[in-house]
Amino acid sequence: MARTSEMALSKAKARPRAKSRLWFDLKRDKYLYILAFPGLLFFLVFKYVPMAEVIIAFQNYSPFMGIWKSPWVGLQHFERFFANPDFMLLFRNTMAINLLNLALFFPLPIIVSLMLNELRSVIYKRIVQSIVYMPHFLSWVIIAGLTFLLFAKGQGVVNKILEAMGMERIGFLTSPNLFWIMVTAQSVWKEAGWGTIIFLAAIAGVDPQIYEAARMDGAGRFRQMWHVTLPAIRSVIVILLILRLGHIMDVGFEQIFLMYNGAVSKVAEVFDTYVYRVGIQQAQFSYSTAVGLFKSVVGLALVLIANKVAKKFGEEGVF
Amino acid sequence: MRLSIGDRVFTSVNGLLLGIIALVTFFPLYYVFVVSFTDPTEYLQKKFVLFPQSWSLDSYQYMLSSKAFLRSLGNSGFLATVGTACSLVVTAALAYSLSRKRLRGRRVFMLGILLTILFSPGIIPHYMVVRQLGMINSIWSLIIPALASGWNVILMKSFFDSIPAELEESAQIDGCNDMGIWVRIILPLSLPSLAAFGLFYAVGYWNQYFSALLYLNDSSKWPIQVLLQNMLLSANNSDLAVSTTASVAPPSETLQMAAVIIATLPILAVYPFLQKHFAKGAMVGSVKG
Repeated sequence: MARTSEMALSKAKARPRAKSRLWFDLKRDKYLYILAFPGLLFFLVFKYVPMAEVIIAFQNYSPFMGIWKSPWVGLQHFERFFANPDFMLLFRNTMAINLLNLALFFPLPIIVSLMLNELRSVIYKRIVQSIVYMPHFLSWVIIAGLTFLLFAKGQGVVNKILEAMGMERIGFLTSPNLFWIMVTAQSVWKEAGWGTIIFLAAIAGVDPQIYEAARMDGAGRFRQMWHVTLPAIRSVIVILLILRLGHIMDVGFEQIFLMYNGAVSKVAEVFDTYVYRVGIQQAQFSYSTAVGLFKSVVGLALVLIANKVAKKFGEEGVF
Repeated sequence: MRLSIGDRVFTSVNGLLLGIIALVTFFPLYYVFVVSFTDPTEYLQKKFVLFPQSWSLDSYQYMLSSKAFLRSLGNSGFLATVGTACSLVVTAALAYSLSRKRLRGRRVFMLGILLTILFSPGIIPHYMVVRQLGMINSIWSLIIPALASGWNVILMKSFFDSIPAELEESAQIDGCNDMGIWVRIILPLSLPSLAAFGLFYAVGYWNQYFSALLYLNDSSKWPIQVLLQNMLLSANNSDLAVSTTASVAPPSETLQMAAVIIATLPILAVYPFLQKHFAKGAMVGSVKG
C-alpha cells in the first residue's frame, strides 16, 4: 500500500505538472463525468456517428459491403442530383413554402404578442393565450387529420358550408394552386400562438419608466407600441430570424409528407420528402445521403452568413 | 387613468381582433369535439353540426372496443412515460455536469453539442445508425435515438448556471459528493423547470410519427400517431379516388373525430397543470439581457 502510493508520488513528480493535474481533476470530478457519460455517449453515437456516415454520399454504398469496402465515386451523386430536373423542382417548392412562411408566419407571433401586451384584462389575456398555445402540442398527424376533416371535398365542413351558401365545392387538398397556402396556414395555426411566448417574455423585460417617459411626450398607445416595445424586442427578432434562415432548406417533413398526395406532387415534393422516397423506399442510400448533405451544408452556411450580417448591423447574433 | 378616444378605439379593436384569432384557433378543435359526441344518424342527416341535438357515445364505444386502437394507445403511453423519464435523467445529468465550471473538457463538450444543433447529417445516416445497432422494429428505436436534444441540454444547463454556488458549497461541507448534490439539492430545486422539460419531451414522444414510420414494421408496435394516420388520412384520400370506403356502423367521420379526441386527451389533461411553466421551459436562459 505504502509502496504503491510512493510509486504514484514519484510518477507524479516525474511527469509534467499538467498531467498530474489532469489526473487529479478527473478523479475529483469523477461523479460529474459519470453523470455526463450517458448524455455524451448519446451525442457521440446518434449525432456524430451519423455525421461520419455522410461519407457514403461519396461512395456507391452497398449494405453488404459496408462503409469500409464500398467503392468511392467522388462527387458523382451530387452531379447526378444537380443535373436532375427534380432538383429545380425541389428547390422551388422548398423555397416557395419557406418564403411564404417567412412573409406570413414569421411576423405573426410578433404582431400577436404586441397585441396581447396591449390587453388590459388579465383574464381575457389568459384565455386567449391558453387557446392559441394549444395547437402547438398537437401532432402533425392530428393537424393533417383536422385539415382533412375540415377541408375535404366530400365531407369537409368548409365545403359543406360553401355548398350551403350556393357556391362550388373546392378541392383544397388536391389543388396544386392552393397547396402552399394550405401548408402555410397550417403552420400559422399550429405555431403562431406558441411563437408569442418568447416575444412576450422579451416585452415583459422592458423598463416601465420608458413607457412613462413616452406618455409624457404625448405618445398614444399605438405610438408607445411602435417606438418603445418594438425596438425593445428587436434583438430577439433578429436572433429568431437568423435561426429561421438556417432552416430555410427544411420544410417540416411530417407536415408535407402527410399533406402529400398524387394530385399535388409537383408542388409538394421537398428535399426531405424526396430523401425519404428515394433513400428509404428505393434504398438508394448514397444518392439520398448526398441530397441530404447538400441541404444541411446550405443550411449551415446560411446561419453563419446571417449571423455575420446581423453582427455587422450591430446586433448580438446567436453566437 | 383617463383614456383618449384614440386609445379607446385602439383597445377595443385590439381586443376584438384577438378574440377572432382565438376563435379561429379554437373552432377546429371545438368542431371535432362536438361531432365526436354527435349521434351518428343526426350527423348523417344534417349538413353540419355546431351543437348536437342528441348526444351519443357510440363513436367512443366503437373506438375503445378496437384492440388495435387500445394497443397503440398503450404503446404511446409507454413511450411517453418511459421515454420522458429516461430523457429527463440523461438531459439533467449532462446539463448539470456541464454547468460546473471546473469540469475539464467542458468547452469541447459544449461546442460539440452546439454543432449538433447547427448541422444535421440528414435522415439516411441516422437511419443507418439505428439499423446497425439492431434497433429496427424495436420500440426502443423510438426512445434511445431521441433521448436528448442539444437545445434542451443547453437550455437546462443555463438554468443550472443560475442556481447559486453557495448552496452547493454548503452541501459539500456537509459531506455530499457531486452525485448527492445533484440528487438532493439541484434536482429538487429545479422541479418546476423539470416539469416543463418533461412536458415537452412527453409531447414529443406522444406525437412521434416519423420515427415509427421509419423503424417499426410490426403494426402491433405502432404508436397511436401511426394508427391515426392510417385511420384519418388513407380513408380521406377518397377525394382522389372515386371509390368510397365502405364505412361500418357509425359514419367514419364521427369515428375519426372520436379517435382524434382520445389521442389528444392526455395532452389536454396535463395542459392546465403545466401551463404556468410553459414560458419558463420554452426559454430558460435563451433570451439574453
